[in-house]
Amino acid sequence: MTTTDYEPNIVLSTKEYDVIGTRPIRPDGADKVTGRALYGADFQSSGLLHGKTLRSPHPHARIRSIDTSKAKALPGVRGVVTGGDLPPSSGRDNILAGDKVLYVGHAVAAVAAVSPHIAEEAVNLIEVDYEVLPSVFTAPEAMKDDAPLLHDDLKTTSLGEPTDKSSNIADYNQYKLGDIDKGFADADVVVEGEYNSQTIHQGYVEPHPCTVLWNQDGRITVWVSTQGAFAIRNATAAALGVPVSQVRVVPMEIGGGFGGKTVVYMEPVAALLSRETGHPVKFVMTRKEVFEGTGPAPGSHIKVKLGATSSGKIVAAQAHLAFEAGAFPGSAVSIAAVTAFSAYSIPNILIDTYDVVVNKPKAAPYRAPCAPNAAFAVEQLVDELAGKLGTDLIDLRLTNAPTEGTHRAAGPVFGSIGCIEVLEAMKAHPHYKTQLSGENRGRGISIGFWPNFGGEASATISVRADGKVNLSVGSPDIGGSRASMSMQVAEELGIKAQDVIATVVDTDSIGYTETTDGSRTTYSTGIASLEAAKDAVGQMIERAAMIWEVDDDSVEFKGGVFRSKADSELKMGFKELAGKLEETGGRVLGSAALLNRSAGGAFCGNIADVEVDPETGKVTVLRFTVFQDAGKAIHPSYVEGQMQGGAAQGIGWALNEEYFYGDKGAMDNSSLLDYRMPTPLDLPLIETVILEVPNPGHPFGVRGVGEAPIVPPISAIANAIHDAIGVRMGNLPMNPGSVVKAKLANGKK
Amino acid sequence: MATVFIPSLMQSLTGGQQTVEIEGATVRQIIENLEKAHPGMKERLVADNRVKPNISVAVDGEVTPMGMLEKVGESSEVHFLPAIGGGGPTG
Repeated sequence: MTTTDYEPNIVLSTKEYDVIGTRPIRPDGADKVTGRALYGADFQSSGLLHGKTLRSPHPHARIRSIDTSKAKALPGVRGVVTGGDLPPSSGRDNILAGDKVLYVGHAVAAVAAVSPHIAEEAVNLIEVDYEVLPSVFTAPEAMKDDAPLLHDDLKTTSLGEPTDKSSNIADYNQYKLGDIDKGFADADVVVEGEYNSQTIHQGYVEPHPCTVLWNQDGRITVWVSTQGAFAIRNATAAALGVPVSQVRVVPMEIGGGFGGKTVVYMEPVAALLSRETGHPVKFVMTRKEVFEGTGPAPGSHIKVKLGATSSGKIVAAQAHLAFEAGAFPGSAVSIAAVTAFSAYSIPNILIDTYDVVVNKPKAAPYRAPCAPNAAFAVEQLVDELAGKLGTDLIDLRLTNAPTEGTHRAAGPVFGSIGCIEVLEAMKAHPHYKTQLSGENRGRGISIGFWPNFGGEASATISVRADGKVNLSVGSPDIGGSRASMSMQVAEELGIKAQDVIATVVDTDSIGYTETTDGSRTTYSTGIASLEAAKDAVGQMIERAAMIWEVDDDSVEFKGGVFRSKADSELKMGFKELAGKLEETGGRVLGSAALLNRSAGGAFCGNIADVEVDPETGKVTVLRFTVFQDAGKAIHPSYVEGQMQGGAAQGIGWALNEEYFYGDKGAMDNSSLLDYRMPTPLDLPLIETVILEVPNPGHPFGVRGVGEAPIVPPISAIANAIHDAIGVRMGNLPMNPGSVVKAKLANGKK
Repeated sequence: MATVFIPSLMQSLTGGQQTVEIEGATVRQIIENLEKAHPGMKERLVADNRVKPNISVAVDGEVTPMGMLEKVGESSEVHFLPAIGGGGPTG
């Protein structure tokens, strides 16, 4: 692999194709830039009612009683529901509170009315009598023996001995490789640190919308912006206690999700109100509701210790990972364990993980859930090791890089991976080679890992008489998957990308398809689309054989042309044969439903240059370069967009974003004016380098690309701050106040 | 025989061994033979005749959703790991 002349965006391809790797115009662009794309809030229907939710003002309280009589009596109100109207299910109490509210913003009751204003007025007429209880907001506090318990019946689950003791620790696990005591005994240098991060939000632009109609025939239709129509179907059915076949979910266009739109909130409530009123009921959250009533990314408390020999071999790694699940179990701390040390081959590892409930909204996934928190700790300590050993930052990482066959403590043995290739590209890049000069300026690097998911996916392909094809999939397009799947099919069929029209369809119109998450869609639904195309081609081979009066086996399809193996004169292009389908037995439909499991993990590296204002502590990002192994970039512009987007979100997480809680357990900054996400004015041009180490589990070598790029930015910025002012940052966000505080704590002016 | 990696919190059942060699052509057979060699293991791994939902099984580097039905080769590596979880669709 060699880098050529320096450009802001580089693709280091190892194999070229006709369609894949090109940059056709995005298929959904015209609708989106003209405002014609239909999002969830755009849904309209005759007889539509509007829903509003009453939410808890307390972080922890027992509900003594709810009086909805005044709300029901308000003219224009058609229906009111509370938690008691939902049948028992595992997620019920987060949809509408049961006998307790567990966070400020917890949904308590909901109203359907003829206008949003009447619904809002009615919500304010609902009277709730609360018994306020003590609350707890951080994992370390909630883990104490005398902490107030959120759930009296919550026992710690683990793979070890079961326990009968009630606790806020919902889950405890341990991951072990080798002998940690021997590892540290063999180490010449040991470093350790403690790191805290705050609750943050995915920050998608579009608030959650949904409309539900419980029709008179019993069928329930949900129009919603979601990353996973089938997951919403299943969860809505479970919450309502009805079979999944009774529910149809229609995925609308989605205005960002980043993991947060994988969860049901209002859908079952809207369904109950629709059943009660006989009308479709529509909810659209406010921004405040999005912040306070949906799942943010969890805050965390992490302790890490690393040991290395004087030759630079890391021989021991230990981590204590405690993540805030929010009010109900499920912080995805296990992913932090999987990713924490995966950028290194370390023989002795011990990781303890704690999933801890606290009086905050129930956590939801956020792009590479929990992995950036772990990297914030580990990558700073690797830098400390390099400093103590006098080793180049990248050389130390190369010395310890994992390869195919490397065993991990918290994951299966590695298959083909591109960690070394990413590190080598970083080392060869002009950004790393160029000296950074100026006072209070520093450079940091970091590398992160994301495992990528596979799973179930379906696709159908309908061949039209004009030679174009309709591709139907069940994966909502949150990051360009219509383009990436169209291009894979076009490559397979030997036609243009524009000749494949991809449509995301509802749950009654396609086979089961898992949620667009885990960076799985271009990989998994991509394979399903390819297999559907191959199925169509197989049927068209039979048609060509029929026309030529030869055996099916004597016809092959290559480069978009059907040919007789025996007679070179007998050949037909894909479009030509598509035009003959009607007369040879009718149109062709190809389909596939698959379970894919070889997603191939991805590594992403960052080089960050920053300048720290010595008086205010404000950090300015001067230059930022992202390196990522995409396996094969189907549409490089989209991949670059994912890399830049992940970096931008990571920089925001690093420098500004946090839920700022006041004394009463309420979020004080629940608007986008006060919750400070970066704007383009806060960021430099984010440069990208795409590496392509093919994933053997995909026909074109695809690896997921959506999540890996948010893993390293926080630690790259932290390392750059240390390089600039000589201070290690233990707490997120690294905002001006936090930087000044850290400087003072280190005796610096 | 397959090499089976035992979760840390179950290693008390294998006398502290991190890996054990077990015969079996499927995950079901591996678990049955694990139970014979190290009693108590099946109860930790299996409920209602299925691998427990808080446990994931990986065979030869790939996490499998096939659970007990997944095939295991003669020299396969089998990992039982805490399942990757969190953020399910019911919130």
